[in-house]
Amino acid sequence: MSAANVGIVIVSHSPDVAKGTAEMVRQMVGDEVPLAWCGGDPAGGLGTSVEAILAAIDRAWSEAGVAILVDLGGAETNSEMAVEMQPPERAGRIVVCNAPIVEGAVIAATEASGGAALEIVKRTAEELSPA
Amino acid sequence: MSGFDAEASVVLTHAVGLHARPSVKLTKLAKTFAAKLELAAGPAGPWIDAKSIVKVMAAKAPQGTVLSFRATGADAAAAVAALVALVERDFDEGEGTAEAAGTAHAANP
Repeated sequence: MSAANVGIVIVSHSPDVAKGTAEMVRQMVGDEVPLAWCGGDPAGGLGTSVEAILAAIDRAWSEAGVAILVDLGGAETNSEMAVEMQPPERAGRIVVCNAPIVEGAVIAATEASGGAALEIVKRTAEELSPA
Repeated sequence: MSGFDAEASVVLTHAVGLHARPSVKLTKLAKTFAAKLELAAGPAGPWIDAKSIVKVMAAKAPQGTVLSFRATGADAAAAVAALVALVERDFDEGEGTAEAAGTAHAANP
């Protein structure tokens, strides 16, 4: 079943935040959703790296697509860069959600675990953020 | 005639109420049924989509709330029965488990 479920990628400046968020998803939602996280810059400090995001997308890849949850600034721009660098066959199947990272990841994974399409997963996570 | 294929109410006995983890469990279970499923945290409603994790979490129903379910569709009766049973089982979170102790379900399957 999980092959058909949307995957979730968590991108934070802090590896601890990213890992902790992923743990919340696993404990609260379960294992039906492909999940990967990354955080921190290659030197060990706070930050995000396009390479790490690309690897996380590969780990969480699903034919149903991947929803990325980010925290601040560079996490979003680097995630968008990673999306643009994807091979053409993945075009349109990876989205960055405009939602709070922890709550958004749990909500997106809950929706994905029921087999919802990528667009619905994204929209549901974004329902958390009042326009 | 109520216009619904199945209806039931149950007292929410879970100590923390319909907080994050129970909401996720309830929503995930609701999604396994085809029926249109709604719940209300009071007799006057409002009725919310039981398959919407955002709406269920936002209901913030505390312990002691009478949760009402109603459903329409071929598997409505089974859906309402399953959701009521989940609430009656305290969402499979007994006292003294990881939820209460704050420890991690390290081996959560």
